[in-house]
Amino acid sequence: MILGAGAGATGLIFKGCKTDEGPTVEENIATGAEEFFGRTPEELKLIEKLNAEQLFNTHEMETIAVLSTVILPPKEPHGGPIEAEVPDFIEFIAKDYPEMQDTLLGGLMWLDHTSNTTFGVEFKTATLEQQKQILDTIAFHDVEVPLEEQPMEIQFFHMMRGLTVTGYYTSKVGIADLGYKGNMPNVWDGVPEDVLEQHGVSYDPEWIAKCVDQSKRGIIAEWDEEGNLLT
Amino acid sequence: MQIKESTEVYDVIIVGSGAGGGMATKQLADAGFKVAVVEAGPFFDPKDLEQMTQFKWPYESPRRGASKTRAFGEWDMAYGGWEIEGEPYTHAEGTKFDWFRSHMLGGRTNHWGRISLRFGPRDFKHKDVDGHGDNWPISYEDVKPYYDKVDKLIGVFGTKEGRPNDPDGFFLPPPKPRLHELFYINGARKSGVPVIPGRLSMLTKKINNERGVCFYCGQCSRACSVYADFSSGSCLIFPAQKNGGQIKIFVNSVVREVTTNEEGKATGVSYISKDDRKEYKLKGKVVVLAASACSSARILLNSKSKQHPNGLGNSSNLVGKYLHDSTGSSRVAFIPGLMNRKTSYNEDGVGGMHVYSPWWGDNSKLDFPRGYHIEISGGMSMPSYGFAYDPNEFNKFFGSKVGGYGDSLRDDVKKYYGAVVGLAGRGEGIARKDNYCEIDPTTVDKYGIPVLKFNYQWSDLEKKQAKHMQDTFEEIFHNMGGEPLGEKPGKEKDYGLLAPGRIIHEVGTTRMGNDPKTSVTNKYQQLHDVDNVFIVDAGPFVSQADKNCTWTILALSWRASDYIIKQLKQRNI
Repeated sequence: MILGAGAGATGLIFKGCKTDEGPTVEENIATGAEEFFGRTPEELKLIEKLNAEQLFNTHEMETIAVLSTVILPPKEPHGGPIEAEVPDFIEFIAKDYPEMQDTLLGGLMWLDHTSNTTFGVEFKTATLEQQKQILDTIAFHDVEVPLEEQPMEIQFFHMMRGLTVTGYYTSKVGIADLGYKGNMPNVWDGVPEDVLEQHGVSYDPEWIAKCVDQSKRGIIAEWDEEGNLLT
Repeated sequence: MQIKESTEVYDVIIVGSGAGGGMATKQLADAGFKVAVVEAGPFFDPKDLEQMTQFKWPYESPRRGASKTRAFGEWDMAYGGWEIEGEPYTHAEGTKFDWFRSHMLGGRTNHWGRISLRFGPRDFKHKDVDGHGDNWPISYEDVKPYYDKVDKLIGVFGTKEGRPNDPDGFFLPPPKPRLHELFYINGARKSGVPVIPGRLSMLTKKINNERGVCFYCGQCSRACSVYADFSSGSCLIFPAQKNGGQIKIFVNSVVREVTTNEEGKATGVSYISKDDRKEYKLKGKVVVLAASACSSARILLNSKSKQHPNGLGNSSNLVGKYLHDSTGSSRVAFIPGLMNRKTSYNEDGVGGMHVYSPWWGDNSKLDFPRGYHIEISGGMSMPSYGFAYDPNEFNKFFGSKVGGYGDSLRDDVKKYYGAVVGLAGRGEGIARKDNYCEIDPTTVDKYGIPVLKFNYQWSDLEKKQAKHMQDTFEEIFHNMGGEPLGEKPGKEKDYGLLAPGRIIHEVGTTRMGNDPKTSVTNKYQQLHDVDNVFIVDAGPFVSQADKNCTWTILALSWRASDYIIKQLKQRNI
């Protein structure tokens, strides 16, 4: 059997290593995550500057919140765009990349204009059915035509959907929804057998024979003169 | 303004702390010499909690990992990029070169791909094979003992394959392939393209008690807090300090020029401190330049004096000439066989490819010289800004609608997660005298130092090589049952050949040789014109190979350091 997800059961679990009697890797990760996020002083200054600016007004932020939730409805147990702080993310990224601003601001105006003209209410207070009726006209673009050659409202929706989905799946709840298992110390020992089977591939025994024996990862490497590993 | 001069005289002043500078620091300090390391950027230690980005989640930043301030995404551990505010460079009309700089202790070794390939016997004598470029004045046999020592000191995984131009070394065992890599192995082999385990400098096994062992987070580009991958600080400079080395590190110090005396010998360097914007001088018996191929050339060209009116070491007029980067062209594909993946396991692996394809072609049957290797990317990696931006674009391959909104987007994202594979060719371009950098006297950086002007054009030979890459990628993707994405770059796009500088393997600006008229340094990387100045970055490379340059920089820097030690002990310099 190829060890993968089953590694824990056979004792091949990662053990936090003490380096120079300092804190363990896990302790470092916890402290680092809480206190810093690896920014240089210049980068921190830029973030503070952007945070002090306001791009969308209250009404626009509310519209973004409503729209993002129609695009990606919340679902138990991992919530939706609000739990993922998608509106705040969109506010920040549009300040970070000013070239997005006209499309986003213009698109929000288009939504309200269309909703007012058709239903006599702003987009955010329209019913879900009315909102969908408007979105159905802009949510599907022609994949044969470059996006920048398509109408503004179609470009707007594409951008808003892209930011909503990427914002959700880069959040804590979104990553849990996706099921991504990494970003933590572990011992890689190959693809689990059931996954190999599902995709119709297998390991070549000759190849695997050359790969790392994870039970010996902690033993210092020594070679003979020809470069054959002895340990 | 008076220039502040230190009274201390160092045995050796090393300019730059990347692969070449780090190795020279380690060897010269271990040999007991008093060393000054002058670095343009700040101090950096991969385990410093304030600087560390390893294990950060995208949501720990308001921009979710986007690349606004760092070219490879905001968790990448290179301070700098292709553009740095206040530090411009210019171009001759109609030519291109993108210059990546990382100013920090350890330089670009903190974020690099750790692909650690030896040059082969043919790579040092390639003119003999195809008539292009020039041979090196040294051969593989001269460098082999140093490659062996680098393998053991720093650690590299790989396998003994007995390939004639991809020499084996002292390898740690490689990690097992990931799922998409198994698909690649099958697809490539169908086309007769060889695939072997990757050769990267991460510790899959312990090599000493000072460094940790890889815990497979896949984040080597963020620099490893337990020192399980190679960075110049963690593996060379800090150990040399711990070893009792007399090393003084000057950070935030931008070297302007090498100073010389009446006899034309180097006396030290002058630098601008970024902290107070004042100029300082350091005195040393030997100056070792390791600022990167282009930066070292710039320092030499800016070091003009009565004795060296054309710039230091430039009597040949070749400093800055023969600049060349690796060729690069890539393509990505959607692989239906990798759809609907189970996310039951963590496949981050090491920070790079577990398998790769070394060059396999027979150039006598091809319309271009020199080869390339293929790098593979893919897998269920951590989401970052841009992830699932087009959540269901692959619907088009199944005749279903692209776009829309609602619950189905969640299913689409999961259906296609991990089903994209990227192939990138990294090859050898020919070194040419007419591809070069020079000083642009009309422009200075914010420290008042004249900047570089680049003049670089790819020839048809490199473009034909890129065409071969694209044809090969397409064939392999089809073998994998995949659908290549985007339009295949054709002739009008130079077959996707990236602008020179984009692969960040620039070499050749101070090439070595036996004849002072046709080369800048001798085979020990000592300036022909000034015997107490050495260059240990990739400047002295006569030719790039279809390999990455770092392992050779390390081996040659060690070799040059051994020579310097001998010369200093014999009082020859």
